[in-house]
Amino acid sequence: MKRILAVLLAAGVILSFTLVGCKKENETVKIGAIFAVTGGASFLGAPEAKTVEMIVDEVNASGGINGMQVELIIKDSAANPEKAISFAKQLIEEDQVSAIIGPTTSGETMQIKDICESNKVPLISCAAAEAIVDPVAGYVFKTPQKDSYVAKWIFSTMKDMGIKKIGVIAANTGFGNAGKGQLEKYAPEAGIEIVISETYDKDATDLTALLTKVKAREAEAVVNWSIVPAQSIVAKNMKQLGMNAPLFQSHGFGNIKYVEAAGEAAEGIIFPAGRLLVAEKLPDGHPQKKNLTAYKTSYETKFGEDVSTFGGHAYDAIMIALEAVRKAGSSERKEIRDALESISGFPGTGGIFNFTPQDHNGLGMDSLEMLTVRNGQFDFLDK
Amino acid sequence: MGAEQFLQYIFAGITIGSIYAFVAIGYNIIYNTTGIINFAQGEFVMLGGMTAYSLSNYIPLFPSIILAVIITAAIGGLIENIFIRRMKKTSVLGMIVVTIGLSILLREAALYVWDEQIRALPFFTGSEISSVNILGARISPQVIWVLGVTSVIVLSLYIFLKYTLTGRAMRACSENSSAALLCGIKTGNMVNLSFMISAGIGALGGCVLSPLTQTHYAMGTDLAIKGFTVAILGGLGNPLAAVAAGLLLGLIESFSISILPMAYKDVISVVILLIILLVKPSGIFGSIQASALKDF
Repeated sequence: MKRILAVLLAAGVILSFTLVGCKKENETVKIGAIFAVTGGASFLGAPEAKTVEMIVDEVNASGGINGMQVELIIKDSAANPEKAISFAKQLIEEDQVSAIIGPTTSGETMQIKDICESNKVPLISCAAAEAIVDPVAGYVFKTPQKDSYVAKWIFSTMKDMGIKKIGVIAANTGFGNAGKGQLEKYAPEAGIEIVISETYDKDATDLTALLTKVKAREAEAVVNWSIVPAQSIVAKNMKQLGMNAPLFQSHGFGNIKYVEAAGEAAEGIIFPAGRLLVAEKLPDGHPQKKNLTAYKTSYETKFGEDVSTFGGHAYDAIMIALEAVRKAGSSERKEIRDALESISGFPGTGGIFNFTPQDHNGLGMDSLEMLTVRNGQFDFLDK
Repeated sequence: MGAEQFLQYIFAGITIGSIYAFVAIGYNIIYNTTGIINFAQGEFVMLGGMTAYSLSNYIPLFPSIILAVIITAAIGGLIENIFIRRMKKTSVLGMIVVTIGLSILLREAALYVWDEQIRALPFFTGSEISSVNILGARISPQVIWVLGVTSVIVLSLYIFLKYTLTGRAMRACSENSSAALLCGIKTGNMVNLSFMISAGIGALGGCVLSPLTQTHYAMGTDLAIKGFTVAILGGLGNPLAAVAAGLLLGLIESFSISILPMAYKDVISVVILLIILLVKPSGIFGSIQASALKDF
């Protein structure tokens, strides 16, 4: 009797699969992705592309979304805004994608924001600058935490440490300039004086001269805002100059490779970031813990390298896009957009996403934690 | 500006200048034998650093640097054998364009072999946080290493080119390659040797600089542009001039940062470069007569 039941059950399962197959035969949902897999932002773009490929493979292997298979089309923009524009047009017009995730950098995203908006194609950016979602464009969303949250976190930590005078240095990229602007905007209300504010070339190989100047202005702390390898160079140069002022970095520091490249000089760097980097150290009941460790484990076993917050932004972008497709029950652009705005309480790597028509980032201040580098590892900053 | 601070800016200038100088030396050797400006020089620097990093996972630091220099020199020789030697009828300008292509090829190959991550060799002496205190100003011990290695290289190049038979043969090729051929010098071999030496020096630079600048697959282009600027500034063909010009440019940049925002750094250095080249087109230390005989 048991065996007959098992056979019947199996037959039922097979039948239901075939029925689903018949109903949605050949139906796929096309998702486009634009990432800077090569070029200056490849530290961000490469893990992003890998993550998205991995997630889509997993989803397709487990039967797709509502029975629809996901077709992913990845374009490598090499962090070049012109390329991002032509790829966006290609994805929209030729490939007829339902939604686009990426691009990697803020500069690229700002270039294609209007294109996606006027063609009514949902865009979920993996870039950080606040201007992407402020002012809100109907079809444009983003997953990384806002710059202003990062600036506010940095300032509140400085207040706790009794720091009053700071030096700000930033790379001359869209991300660096946006961050520098946020710091300058929120410093007065935090009661912090910026004694020097400078930008450096994103390919800089040595910043001793600039830091000598910062040292001479007697800054009590230094904030560096960039996504480039200069993040490690700043740390090294400060130690070589014998500067003991604490070094704050932006959320762009969320890749352990920068810590490795800076070696001992990375110890004590303070920066705000999502919880992905300290997933194992989270308390067990934390709502993000399950997703974070699941992503971390599968990424690290598959690719043999440490996760970074950037891969996490792409993880959030594809998961949210697929969630919207599932909710909308269709691959129509308009319906996906509407579904995106209604997503709430969605745990990602960047935090718990609560999108609304007014908020296309969906993350709160609590999505960030102040982290530090201790013994070559990311760890919570002790309060 | 206090004396201590003044000295600190000098040290900062020397640090960045020593990086420029090391890259610039490499240009001169190939230029001396062939008249080609090798735009893939920055990629040799990158290959040296990358190879040494990978090897240092298995063998100690210094043997891996030596091995990386040998491997990169071999790659340099191979490139000459495969690409440059075949192009008998190509003009010097054409060859220069070929080297630009080679730089892209090497860069993409490096991306394929390694990945996009940054790497850094450990500091030869001390660590990331150690610095030498001289009269209250501080400098990384690695900069002293860079200066030391640069001096040794310049000195040995000088002796090699001036006093050894092979060195003289290389110089003969640059003066007049058909006359050199008539004298029984195998010009092809000399060109090959110049590529190997150039690649080797670039690779050594990549290793010595790696703790300071860090190494990743796309680092070559930017280093190459600064190195090229410095080589022109000093006067092409003279390694010693390249070092002097490198340190000079470093100091100019460092002091421009001390008074103006850093964003103007390159403007200042380019303006000074243009003025120098207007006054003396053969570079600060270049000979006008010698440069008149060259294509570039």
